[in-house]
Amino acid sequence: MNVQAWTFVMVALSFALYIGVAIWSKARSTGDFYVAGSNVHPVVNGMATAADWMSAASFISMAGMIAALGRDGSVYLLGWTGGYVLLALLLAPYLRKFGKYTVPDFVGDRYYSQLARVAAVVCAIFVSFTYVAGQMRGVGIVFSRFLNVNVSVGVLIGMGIVFFYAVLGGMKGITYTQVAQYCVLIFAYLVPAIFISLMMTGNPIPQMGMVGKGADGSYLLERLDGLSEALGFHRYTGDHMSMINVLCIMGALMIGTAGLPHVIIRFYTVPKASAARISAGYALLFIAVLYTTAPAVAIFARTNLLETVRYDENGEQRDLKYEDAPEWFLNWEKTELIKFNDKNGDGAVQYRGEFSETPNELEVSNDIMVLANPEIAQMRYNVPNWVVGLVAAGGLAAALSTAAGLLLVISTAVAHDLLKGWAKPDMSEKKELLAARVAAGAAVCVAGYFGMNPPGFVAEVVALAFGLAASSFFPAIVMGIFSKRMNKQGAVSGMIAGIGFTAAYIVFYKYIRPDLDEAKIWLWGISPEGIGVVGMCINFAVSVVVCKLTPPPPEDVQRMVDEIRLP
Amino acid sequence: MNVEERNRAYWRKNLQYLWILLAVWFAASFLCSVVFVEQLDKIQIGGYRIGFYMAQQGAIWIFVEIIFLYAWLMTRLEKRLQIGNGGEQAEEREEAAS
Repeated sequence: MNVQAWTFVMVALSFALYIGVAIWSKARSTGDFYVAGSNVHPVVNGMATAADWMSAASFISMAGMIAALGRDGSVYLLGWTGGYVLLALLLAPYLRKFGKYTVPDFVGDRYYSQLARVAAVVCAIFVSFTYVAGQMRGVGIVFSRFLNVNVSVGVLIGMGIVFFYAVLGGMKGITYTQVAQYCVLIFAYLVPAIFISLMMTGNPIPQMGMVGKGADGSYLLERLDGLSEALGFHRYTGDHMSMINVLCIMGALMIGTAGLPHVIIRFYTVPKASAARISAGYALLFIAVLYTTAPAVAIFARTNLLETVRYDENGEQRDLKYEDAPEWFLNWEKTELIKFNDKNGDGAVQYRGEFSETPNELEVSNDIMVLANPEIAQMRYNVPNWVVGLVAAGGLAAALSTAAGLLLVISTAVAHDLLKGWAKPDMSEKKELLAARVAAGAAVCVAGYFGMNPPGFVAEVVALAFGLAASSFFPAIVMGIFSKRMNKQGAVSGMIAGIGFTAAYIVFYKYIRPDLDEAKIWLWGISPEGIGVVGMCINFAVSVVVCKLTPPPPEDVQRMVDEIRLP
Repeated sequence: MNVEERNRAYWRKNLQYLWILLAVWFAASFLCSVVFVEQLDKIQIGGYRIGFYMAQQGAIWIFVEIIFLYAWLMTRLEKRLQIGNGGEQAEEREEAAS
C-alpha cells in the first residue's frame, strides 16, 4: 500500500479508537462530566494533560520555529514547560483541595464576589475560544495537506468526532480519548525523529544525536553554526533577540501556561491534593519527551536543508541547481511550503540570511521541518509506509485533544459558572448536565465556524490569551492561596489593572498601530508577546496596595484559606 | 504537638521547600539559559556546549525533577507530621503491622 492509502487507514483507525473509548466512558453525572468523577489515576491524568497541552502548533510548527530562532527557540521550549513547575508548586494541589469544578468557582468563592466570578468566566471563555479556533484550523489543514480533502470538509469531520466524544463523555470521555491521542501523537513524532537522527549522526536517540558528531566526524552543532554564518544567517547557537525580550516572553509563556483554565481544570480530576502534585510531574515528563525531541529535530532538519542547498555529493560548496533538487523539495514546493523565486535567473537556489549581500531566493515555511521529515528519512532508510502514514493521525490527535479540552472549559463555564453559579442556582443536576451538553455542542459549532473562516488575527490573539492568563488568573489565584489578608477589593482592582494594561499594550501594537510594532518603540524593549509579565507585576502591586487600605476578608473566607493549605 | 502547631509547622516547611525549589527553577531557566548563557557556552564537554544545552534540553529535565522532588518531599513531610494523605498511608501501615 502506498503512503496515501496508509494515511487514510491510520486516520480512520485512530478515529474509530477515539469513538470506541468515548462510548466506553460515557458521563452519567455532572461530576463525571466536569471532572471525570475525580478518580482519574495521576499517571493517566498526566498523559491526558500532556495531550491536552500539546496542540497542533506544538506538533507541526514548533520544531520549525526553533529552527528559525536557533538558541532563542528556548523561549518556546522553556516557556511552554516551565509553567508546569509553577502549576505543581503553587496552584494545582490547593485548587484540588478546594474541590469544586472550575477556576471561576475558586475566584468567586475566595473573593466572595459574583463580579469576580463572572469576570473570571468571561476571561476563561475568551481565552478558550481564541485557542480552539486555531486547533480547528489545524485539523482542516492536516486533512487538506495529507488527504487532499477540502479544508472546510476536514473541519467538519473533525467537528463531528469532537462533538461525539466531548458531548457524550464530557471530561471522562475526553480524559480517556486524550490518553489514546497522546500515544498516537508521540509515536508519530518520535519514529521519524529517530530515523532522521540515525541518518544524520548514527545515534538513534535524537536528544543525544543533536550534540553528537555527523558523518564527516565534526560536531553537528559546529557544522550548523559554520553553515549558517557562511550563508549569512545568525549563528545557530548564538543570540538573536534582545535578552530582556527573551526573558519577558519566556516568563509570560510560563506564567500564562500556569494560568490557562484548560490546563488547571485537568488537576481537578485526580482524587486528592498529593495526587495533583505528582500528576503534574507525570504531565511534564510526557510533555518533555516531545519538547526535548523538537530541538533535535530542528537541528537535524536545518542542517539537512542547508547542506542540501549548499553542498554537492562530494562536499564541495555550490548553490543547488534547481534541476538537481531532491524529490521532497519538489513535493513540498507544490504545497507552497517551500517557495523558490529565481531572482537572478541563474537556475540555482541561493538560500541566504539577513546578513548576506546576495538576495535570498528561497522561502521555507516553519511547518515543513516536521511534515517533510518522514519523506527525507525514506530516501535513506526503508521506513515502512505505515509509519509515514501516521504523521497525519499524529497531527490530528494533537489538534483534537487540545480542542476537546478547551471545549469542555467553555461548556463548564457556561453551564456551571454562569447558569448554576449565577443565573439559576436552583437548577437540578439533570438539567445542569443537559445544559453542559448543549453548551459543548454549541461551542463545537462556533469553533468549527472559526476554523472554516479563520479571523486573520489568530496568531496575535494567542499572545493576548497568554498575556491575559498571566496578568489576571495567575496573580489572583496565587494571592488567594498564599495571602490570607488578600481581600475582594485588592484582587478585583489588581485583575482590572493587570488585564487593562496588558490588553491595551497588545491591542495598541497589534491592531491600532501595527506599523509601530518594532523594538525601538516598545516599552523597555519588551514585545507585546512578553508584556504579560509586566501586567502581572502591576496586578500584584495594585492588589497589595488596595488590600492594605481596605478591611480584611470575612472570617469564613480566612478559614477556607487555612483549609485549602492543608493536604 | 497540638493540631494547630502541627498545621503551622506543615505550612512553614512547605513554604521553605517552595522558596528553594523556585530558586532552582529560576536559576535553570532565566539565569543559566538566558542571562549567563554566553559564559556557560565557553565550557564544552564533548558536543555539549553547556549554555546551549541548558537552553534547549537541560532546563526541561530540571523542571521535571523539581516537580517529582517536591511531590516526594511533601509526602515525606506529611508522613512525619501524620497529616493528610501521607499520614493516612503511614497510619494504615502501622495498623497492618500491629
